[in-house]
Amino acid sequence: MSQVRIPTPLRKYTGGADAVEASGDTVGALLGDLEARYPGIRERICDESGQIRRFVNVFVNGEDIRFLANLDTPVRAGDELSIVPAIAGGC
Amino acid sequence: MRAADSLAMPSAAEGQPSRPLLCPSVLELIGNTPLVEIQRVRDGVPATVQLFAKLEGFNPGGSVKDRPALRMVREGLESGQLHPGKTILDSTSGNTGIALAMIGAALGFPVKLVMPANVSRERRQVVQAFGAEIVLSDPLEGSDGAIRLCRTILAEAPERYFKPDQYFNEANPRAHFHTTGPEIWRQTEGRVTHFVSGIGTGGTIMGTGRYLKSRNPRVQVIAAEPDDAFHGIEGLKHMASSIVPGVYKEHELDAKIGVTTDDAYAMVYRLAREEGLVVGQSCGAAHCVALRIARTLSEGCVVVLFADFGSRYLSTNLWAGWTPP
Repeated sequence: MSQVRIPTPLRKYTGGADAVEASGDTVGALLGDLEARYPGIRERICDESGQIRRFVNVFVNGEDIRFLANLDTPVRAGDELSIVPAIAGGC
Repeated sequence: MRAADSLAMPSAAEGQPSRPLLCPSVLELIGNTPLVEIQRVRDGVPATVQLFAKLEGFNPGGSVKDRPALRMVREGLESGQLHPGKTILDSTSGNTGIALAMIGAALGFPVKLVMPANVSRERRQVVQAFGAEIVLSDPLEGSDGAIRLCRTILAEAPERYFKPDQYFNEANPRAHFHTTGPEIWRQTEGRVTHFVSGIGTGGTIMGTGRYLKSRNPRVQVIAAEPDDAFHGIEGLKHMASSIVPGVYKEHELDAKIGVTTDDAYAMVYRLAREEGLVVGQSCGAAHCVALRIARTLSEGCVVVLFADFGSRYLSTNLWAGWTPP
């Protein structure tokens, strides 16, 4: 199991939890498991083609998966995955 | 090819207030930004409808936020809430932070800013270049997390700080009532029929809209907002899922229209390549709404506010990894 940190706008899918558990050998598989547990959440993170949306950053143990292997980035039990909006909000 | 007459050298506009050629402080350069006609990215807007963008990136701090930041600081000085020995403190991940940092530097006040840790690198650098201190909040909680952390810092030592509080300070919309609104009225010679702006604090659209409606109650004031709570349009808020700013009075708007992040980004790319305007994400969203409105008109004068230029977003997902089509 890995821990997944959830940003505020997506916590409506996780019952308000800011961190949940999910499993998978890769980021893609883990997002699939996340979807099975919290239906609807994956399409907010990924576009129609299944790729991470342009304005979403996904980190594994603090490393941006765009600089690793994207959805094929390996994930091990105990890793922490963070889903972070690419913007800080502004104003 | 553009029309030949549009290539003529511009002549000085007579009788128009403009920026001074010589002034005692950078603060005197705030405001009096230009309107530019949008010539190409019109997408079916009738030729009888004029479409202008107000380019707030021409402010010395690089954005519309110079206006409310200056007004809030000046009113703080006048009321005595801000005086030597105090630090200017606020939560801002964006242009207000840069504006406050610049104004603090120009006036000699220390500035402390709370911003989410995922703020872009160049924003952090420019704020630090002005000498401001940064406190980072949880990036997963966005700007609302920064607002809450800032409140905690203030509560621990209220006597040390002056908090302009752009979300709840009426000096924010007042800045636009006294500057942005009159400028647009003057620049369009009273012909403006529709004003479009993004909403972050709501200060721009409230103050500008109030002024324009005071001159002509038929002026329509339309807000652009992200279509969803989870979005990538820096500077804008999805009001239904946010801490609603005290200065924001939705009932004063004539309409509020949602824009997807993808549409806003696509519009930014088009404005760059077709108009020569590299602007921020929020401007792309605002222009999407301006076009949607302008297409429905048979005649009119639509003014859309472009809050900043795009150079401070080059490291963000808007441009990072982007390749020319």
